[in-house]
Amino acid sequence: MYIAGHTEKSVTALNNLRRYCEEHLKGQYKIEVIDLLRKPQLAEGDQILATPTLVRKVPEPIRKIIGDLSNEEKVLVGLNIIPA
Amino acid sequence: MKTSSNTKQKKNNKALSTLQKTPTGISGLDEVTGGGFPKGRPTLVCGEAGSGKTMLSIEFIVRGAMQFNEPGVIMTFEERADELAVNVASLGFDLEKLQADKKIKMDYVHISRSEIRETGEYDLDGLFIRLGYAIDSIKAKRVVLDTIENLFSGLKDEGILRAELRRLFTWLKDKGITAVITGERGEGKLTRFGLEEYVSDCVILLDHRVVNQISTRRMRIVKYRGSLHGTNEYPFLIDEDGIAVLPVTSLKLDKGITSERISSGIPTVDEMLGGKGFFRGSSVLISGTAGTGKTSIASNFADGVCKNNERCLYFAFEEPPQQIIRNMHSINLGLEKHVKSGLLRFCAARPTLYGLEMHLVAVHKEIQRFKPSVVIIDPITNFVSIGSLSEVKSMLIRLIDFLQNEQITVLFTALTLNDMVNDQTDEAISSLVDTWLLIKDIESNGERNRGLYVMKSRGMKHSNQVREFVISDKGLQLIDVYVGPDGILTGSAREAQIIQEETGAAIHSYALTRKDREIVRKRQVLESKIASLHSEFESVEDELNKVYEEEELRKQILSKNRETMQTIRRGSESNDDPKNKSNDNKNR
Repeated sequence: MYIAGHTEKSVTALNNLRRYCEEHLKGQYKIEVIDLLRKPQLAEGDQILATPTLVRKVPEPIRKIIGDLSNEEKVLVGLNIIPA
Repeated sequence: MKTSSNTKQKKNNKALSTLQKTPTGISGLDEVTGGGFPKGRPTLVCGEAGSGKTMLSIEFIVRGAMQFNEPGVIMTFEERADELAVNVASLGFDLEKLQADKKIKMDYVHISRSEIRETGEYDLDGLFIRLGYAIDSIKAKRVVLDTIENLFSGLKDEGILRAELRRLFTWLKDKGITAVITGERGEGKLTRFGLEEYVSDCVILLDHRVVNQISTRRMRIVKYRGSLHGTNEYPFLIDEDGIAVLPVTSLKLDKGITSERISSGIPTVDEMLGGKGFFRGSSVLISGTAGTGKTSIASNFADGVCKNNERCLYFAFEEPPQQIIRNMHSINLGLEKHVKSGLLRFCAARPTLYGLEMHLVAVHKEIQRFKPSVVIIDPITNFVSIGSLSEVKSMLIRLIDFLQNEQITVLFTALTLNDMVNDQTDEAISSLVDTWLLIKDIESNGERNRGLYVMKSRGMKHSNQVREFVISDKGLQLIDVYVGPDGILTGSAREAQIIQEETGAAIHSYALTRKDREIVRKRQVLESKIASLHSEFESVEDELNKVYEEEELRKQILSKNRETMQTIRRGSESNDDPKNKSNDNKNR
């Protein structure tokens, strides 16, 4: 999860993400939070332009979801946890 | 009052001079914009696909880094950084090296809708951070965002996007970055997504038009807030040196003028022009029908210039240079040695190769590169095939303008046609040139001969005579034409006239000698007559003298006799008496 400082949006997004993961992927997930304000050089590698951006690295293919993740269904579809 | 108005004025002046500009380094563009893009503000460059937006923006960054020591960031949303590097390598820009030197930083922003899902609120802080990081890492002064509109295709939420773009441009302004944003031309709008709404300081529109199958790139400054700028459409060229914009219409007529002369390379032509040739920095037109030797005159001029150790640039729009060189051998002119020594340079191109404006740009570039003192354009007539007469004229005006500013002498040749609507080209440009030589066919006695006129030559005494223009294997020559009772005589008629006159002269001189002899004879006769008269006179004189002498003798004898008589009569005492007596007699 890429964030730019602890803004309202990023806090919401993180909370949402944790909740979804606890509900659907308990024990099978790992969340890494990268604050671009601290490590701006990492933004290029994952082609981040919006924040917050959730990048699912594994399993392939890479999936990106931007926004505060407020729509649970969209997030779960986006992460391939439930079929579209 | 006074002081306050003064300070007011000063303030105004200050306000006027506050808009600083960032030179682009792109040839011509800085002239058009009056110094470059607005410093610390974003500039929008828009145009259709393939109009050169990316090229312009990349060159802006590269030139900034190389010439002005202003590092720049290229953020591309379209092409990958390595692809871009390959694309601009053809212009001689080594992006890899510039990146390694920390002069340029490239960042490729990849957006694809298939990879990204949006849910809920977000902002583009990621982009800001990336850009900010790139700027800070090389202390960039310039930024290019090429083409930021691609964001619209990658992200669905236009509302957020627009708000973020506005924020981005404000942010760039706050950072004092001179930015170039490119945008695709939209229907009825400058850009497809209305970027001009956000970038309002300077907008440049690029255009790529095809007229008569000939394409011309043009640019126009739609808007430049707080600055004067050229408002015309300026053609530009993308070639191996990058972009070259031509500020084509010079607004002034105040060029430096010299009265220095430059020889035409043909002594007899110089003679017709007051004995010294053309003015340096003037424009010369040689027009004539086909095969009248226009190129020969031009080549002679080139040869003369090179012999003076000056540079000459020869634009050949009709014949390939090798052909000109070969052909000029026939009139005893070796041009290749000048080519070898680097004084003469040929530039050959078919007029139809590209549009008029492009030709002008190309000619400009060549001239600026070669820095000649003489330019020859042979011929200008062919340009009419790619543009209307007025277009050709305006192109030539601008070319002459430019050349005169640079104090370059230019010689055009023009082909005139032998029909009634002839001299079209001539008339169109004759008012522009300073010296106009016209070569005309003089047809008579089943021959075609060439006559050369000086139609006009501003600011110098010039001959009003028609000269016969003879091209032989010895070179070019001008011969006085014979104006006899039968009109103008040229060619063999002239030769015949010469022979006839020579014969006449011989007969005449023979007659003269005969007359001379007669005179001599007459003199001899007269002289002998004079001699006989002389001797006659002497004998008469002798006779006369004899009479005189006899008279004298007689007198002497008489007086002697008288004296003796007196002495005999009176004795010796009164010698004077007879004298007194005679005196008394007289008194009585």
